[in-house]
Amino acid sequence: MAVIQLQTPLTEAVARSLKVGDTVEITGRLYTGRDAAHHRLHHGEKPPVDLGGAIIYHCGPVMVKEGDRWVCRAAGPTTSSREEPYQWEVMRDHGIRGVIGKGGMGPKTLDGCQKYGCVYLHAIGGAAQVCAERITRVDGVDWMDLGSPEAIWHLWAERFPCIVTMDSHGGSLHKEVLAASTKAIEAMRA
Amino acid sequence: MSDTLIASLVELIRRTSTILPADVVRAVEAAKGTEESGTNAAYALDVIGCNIGLAKDKSQPLCQDTGSILFYVHTPVGYDQIAFEEAAIAAVKQATAKGYLRQNSVDSITGANTGDNVGPGFPDMHFHQWRRDEVEVVLMLKGGGCENVGATYTLPNPKLGGRDLKGVENAILDCVLNAQGQGCGPGILGVGIGGDRVSGMACAKSQLLRALDDTNIDPVLAELEATVVRKANQSGIGPMGFGGKTTLLGCKVGKLNRVPASYFVSISYMCWAFRRQGVVLGADAGITRWLY
Ligand code: SF4
Repeated sequence: MAVIQLQTPLTEAVARSLKVGDTVEITGRLYTGRDAAHHRLHHGEKPPVDLGGAIIYHCGPVMVKEGDRWVCRAAGPTTSSREEPYQWEVMRDHGIRGVIGKGGMGPKTLDGCQKYGCVYLHAIGGAAQVCAERITRVDGVDWMDLGSPEAIWHLWAERFPCIVTMDSHGGSLHKEVLAASTKAIEAMRA
Repeated sequence: MSDTLIASLVELIRRTSTILPADVVRAVEAAKGTEESGTNAAYALDVIGCNIGLAKDKSQPLCQDTGSILFYVHTPVGYDQIAFEEAAIAAVKQATAKGYLRQNSVDSITGANTGDNVGPGFPDMHFHQWRRDEVEVVLMLKGGGCENVGATYTLPNPKLGGRDLKGVENAILDCVLNAQGQGCGPGILGVGIGGDRVSGMACAKSQLLRALDDTNIDPVLAELEATVVRKANQSGIGPMGFGGKTTLLGCKVGKLNRVPASYFVSISYMCWAFRRQGVVLGADAGITRWLY
């Protein structure tokens, strides 16, 4: 399986070149953001960082302070579907080009990926140590008042592994697997 | 409060959070052999395998969601459960400060995080007495993602069937279908048939304490368990919902009596990061034996 190397920030052309099923490794800045952060953005608060070309990572990491620096102890993805109401807005208003998470997202996000040139990258759920190993630095944090798991952490990733499961061409592995497995299970009903 | 007991419980938490039990590791290894190489499914299982090794070597949490903290404690008659609970709370606080547990306990109305994993329902204690003279403590850390895809079905159900084994089987498979990859599959199901809404789910969760490779002593339930795993693995959902042959690593079913008016099928979905471990404590509260 050929692995595609990505460097953040992503251009629209790069985001649009990715297809469902691609295996990628990402190097560069990742910003964590989950429920509370998305909620704030939705209510019109200005993001504390420039999200143009950025990748948002649905992750509530385990962080420990060593001296005056933060160290990431575990950093796997969290369930993305909770951001389904808001994610497309963040694409439209702030120009993010990638979203990392787990479990996939729904039609609003898929539509947003198509319209604004963005891609959904599925990390391996639960693989917190593999993910943490590929996060080589923590460079800062914003919105810490939301609590550590909900804050916006500025991570630096080296070859962070993901699979493209939703692309900017309307493709969604989640949609495909749901349709096929529904058919299979209905056919196997006792 | 005994310092030895606290130290034993911190070690139980560390080991549970960082080392996947042997029965689960064997199941993950076996699953690897069934996926075709080069597929997204094989890739997911490879990364999962790496993660299991790394967490153990670095003594760090397998998954950052260290979950809800469930203690199942068997004690001799007359044992001081209040003192045990105090020690468990102290151990949870220490383990959180050491990074074995994420700060995971949040007020349901204000959203405020207590910061030390202690609060109403945290940790969750289940005490049972037995006539043995030793204390056994089993700890399960259950992540939120997989907990969210659990479900309680009420039979009859127009789509799934009536109050019989077929209805039960269809309900369980419906839960697997709805979960897709959201519960970080390949998953392990604990199922409780019957009971009420509380006891049914408690029964489902306690099924997860069984060894993954055991055989149900009730042959009817044993067959149901095998059928569910076989059919789920033919559904094509696969690891992480990427498609593939491994959707479930196991299914464990228990049953309770019910009132004639109710028929619940309670399903607790556990992710591949199936963190449960147990110890037997000696007279001085030191660990004498590991259970899994
Ligand atoms: S479902 Fe399990 S493996 Fe997935 S993020 Fe939650 S705790 Fe981790």
